[in-house]
Amino acid sequence: MITRREFIRDGVAAFTVGFAAPAFLSEIALAQGARTRNLVVVYLSGGNDALSTVVPYQDPFYYSRRPAIAIPAGQVLQIGSDSTGKTLGLHPRLAGLREIFNQGRLAVVQRTGYLNSSRSHFQGTDIWGTADPNAPTGLGWLGRYLDMLPAPVNTLAAWNTTRETPRALMTRTVSVPAIPDARTYSLSSPNSGAEAQVERLAATQIASHVAINRPHLSFVNGSIRGALDTLDRVATVNTYVPTVAYANNGFALALRTVAGALARGIGTKVFWVQTGGFDTHAGQGVAGGGAYANLMGTFGDGLLAFYTDLQNQGLLNDTLILQFSEFGRRISENGSQGTDHGAAGVMMAVGGAVRGGIYGTAASLDPNPSNPTLENSGADVRYETDFRAVYAKVLDGWLGADSVPLLGGNFRQDAPAIL
Amino acid sequence: MPRENWQVEHLLRRAAFGPTAADLVTFGDAPVSTVIDHLVEYERQPDDVDSKIGQSEYVSVTTRGGQFSPNTNIDDARQRWLFRMVHSQRPLQEKMALFWHNHFATAYSKLTGAYNAVQATKMMALKPGDLPGPPGQIELFRRFALGNFRSLLIEVARDPAMLVWLDGRQNVRNRPQENFAREIMELFTWGVGNYTEQDVYAAARVFTGWNLRNATTGGNADPATYYEFVFNAAQHDPTAKTFTFPIYSDGNRTIPARSAADGMQDGIDFITALAQHPQTARRLARKLWNFFVSELEAPDPAFVESVASEYLRNGTEMKPVVRHILQSEWFSNPDRWFTRYSWPVEFVVRAIREIGWAGFSVDTARTPLTNMGQTLFEPPDVNGWELGPGWFSTGAMLARMNFAATLAANQRFNVSRATTSYRTTPEALLDFFLFDRLSPAPFDRQPYNDLLSYLRAGGAWTGTETQANTKTAGLVRLIVGAAEYQFI
Repeated sequence: MITRREFIRDGVAAFTVGFAAPAFLSEIALAQGARTRNLVVVYLSGGNDALSTVVPYQDPFYYSRRPAIAIPAGQVLQIGSDSTGKTLGLHPRLAGLREIFNQGRLAVVQRTGYLNSSRSHFQGTDIWGTADPNAPTGLGWLGRYLDMLPAPVNTLAAWNTTRETPRALMTRTVSVPAIPDARTYSLSSPNSGAEAQVERLAATQIASHVAINRPHLSFVNGSIRGALDTLDRVATVNTYVPTVAYANNGFALALRTVAGALARGIGTKVFWVQTGGFDTHAGQGVAGGGAYANLMGTFGDGLLAFYTDLQNQGLLNDTLILQFSEFGRRISENGSQGTDHGAAGVMMAVGGAVRGGIYGTAASLDPNPSNPTLENSGADVRYETDFRAVYAKVLDGWLGADSVPLLGGNFRQDAPAIL
Repeated sequence: MPRENWQVEHLLRRAAFGPTAADLVTFGDAPVSTVIDHLVEYERQPDDVDSKIGQSEYVSVTTRGGQFSPNTNIDDARQRWLFRMVHSQRPLQEKMALFWHNHFATAYSKLTGAYNAVQATKMMALKPGDLPGPPGQIELFRRFALGNFRSLLIEVARDPAMLVWLDGRQNVRNRPQENFAREIMELFTWGVGNYTEQDVYAAARVFTGWNLRNATTGGNADPATYYEFVFNAAQHDPTAKTFTFPIYSDGNRTIPARSAADGMQDGIDFITALAQHPQTARRLARKLWNFFVSELEAPDPAFVESVASEYLRNGTEMKPVVRHILQSEWFSNPDRWFTRYSWPVEFVVRAIREIGWAGFSVDTARTPLTNMGQTLFEPPDVNGWELGPGWFSTGAMLARMNFAATLAANQRFNVSRATTSYRTTPEALLDFFLFDRLSPAPFDRQPYNDLLSYLRAGGAWTGTETQANTKTAGLVRLIVGAAEYQFI
């Protein structure tokens, strides 16, 4: 029988990857530019009820199909009408977004989605993440973008503020660091001083070996190297003092961290921020208040603080914020003042380069099964703008990439002119 | 003595929480079949683990103002569960409870929003008999750890925590609520692709009236208050429900119209159909492959068919299924040792069991576990945690390294004392940790040499107690924080 010692000493020869010194990494960050454009993706997780975000407040079916939860017409924040003359209003807790809209820096893209919309959170999230409704199991649409950046890639080219790496950021090469809170992103040791430094160096060395017959070990080692490589630069964000007050919730604090990273010139091109609780099957709230209003308050107030902070620092023109959710919800409310899983939703774009306004057309909520703006026998909103057309606009018009290979098709011709 | 019973160790890592030194004495020479029996037939072992909380020879818990309230305070419930995982004599029962917690992923935070902390903790974790009310959800998973899956599904459908989590408590006749109806098909049984929107509508009607009630007169802050399942016949839709797939063994797709008073049978019929469907059997088999066999290979189709037929042949009983897996060549194949990414709680519990716990409180692990991405009783959504490589973002890996540092610092003197006869050379000290004290996957020669270099750095090796105290703590942190230790 092979003994433990023999097994280890006979391990297959491995090779070692070079790891860059921190000073070298800083140079990359500088070269890749503190002032390059960046994208901040905001994901409303759980399936946002788009009809409560952007309210078709003169559609009589909106009120007849939502007797308990409809937002009264007198409360919505009017933003005008779309190209078909349908009048629209933002949720009453989105006063901040209306202010941005009035500044001409908020684009609302109605009825975004795809054919045969999935009503599953997890399949839906994967579809939006991969931009591939037919085979949503591969790399992310932003991961593919990151994979094509020229080497050497800044290890902070992307920054995920959640703990789990979202499908959209799954890459083939450099994995995206997950940094929910810069203040706890630090390394501890059982020892101190020089001994702790020796230990950190040893950890870096150990993680730099590539076990060629055990790629899963190499994958974990990649995470370890990613953590050790990014620690010192992330620490610089801790001293950031924002120009506005951010609310004390996870979403606002993540945006505050993003603002700090931008102000410090870390060189990150893609940030991922999310806020949850949108799976509102029950207790959504009545008369414009309640649970959904709280969700909108978190979302809208956080975004306004971030927008204002960037504006004050002269960073707004470098930043594009793109909001999405995995699906919209059913048009008719259920018996528990909530809505179940539906189809098309709403996307928003905010930033200094955004051409504000209303894009796309609102659905008619008439439940007649032949209503072409609905699907599933009039139960759900049918998509009008393929979400990949919006992605194409962001990739081509903002990140300077070629959307056709990244999205596996040409969606440019249908892209709304949000930039 | 170096550990050499590889097959037993593999079994104890996968079907338990890793071997302690005492386990190695007990099982070091035992045949694998004996250890499988010991784990699977866990009713033969005492269920007295909770009575050891607070005793000095076990890992500690942290009290608040002198109180330890695992039935009404969720942080204490987390401590109790961690304690059980570290010390239970029925580790496979705890391991399967963890499996079901991920499978029927229910989060405390939504419950506390609806009913406050006391009731929400009771719904998640009440131990039967400690306070009035039905057992908490985790006790259901413990009771059915290797029980009958169909029975477990019925209990889950009536479980107060689930009725709040997926809104069944508000599923009423007039406008049914689809949340539980969709997820029982998509996530709890056969998976997406087997049903249509029409089936979701019909299933929502099946569960109308499966609600919740306060069975007492007290307020939510009163620990004596409790909520329980109620079948509310007045809110049940008694009309027929037709599906796109067979509900009955004769191929009939329609649950017949029944009087509202008999309406609960709709749900029993529907759950029975789902539990006994071959697609449910296969989906469970695939999840069990990932849990017990490997996360590096897709499930072997032959395994899936073999396990699925075992499940169906045994009337959806899980014990013969898990025994079948543990006894199989798929499981024991040495190529599959260390091919499962450890979950954060598995990592933490194994580290405590291997490094030591004297004077250490499991409460210390709670915040690190959150940073590693796993807060017990708080899965991110109804789909459970993102397993496998999903655990290993940079931030989460940093949290694992930092927990290793915390535990190594805390146990510095205990661990150092154990090395007295291994301090002659750095090699002897390293071999003690790699082969005796800890159970990482094999290190290749280069990282092995890096560990040696760490021991030699900063001056000549003298083997003094001072040097050992420093270097053993650093070494334990390096091994436990290395990629080689993240797999089971």
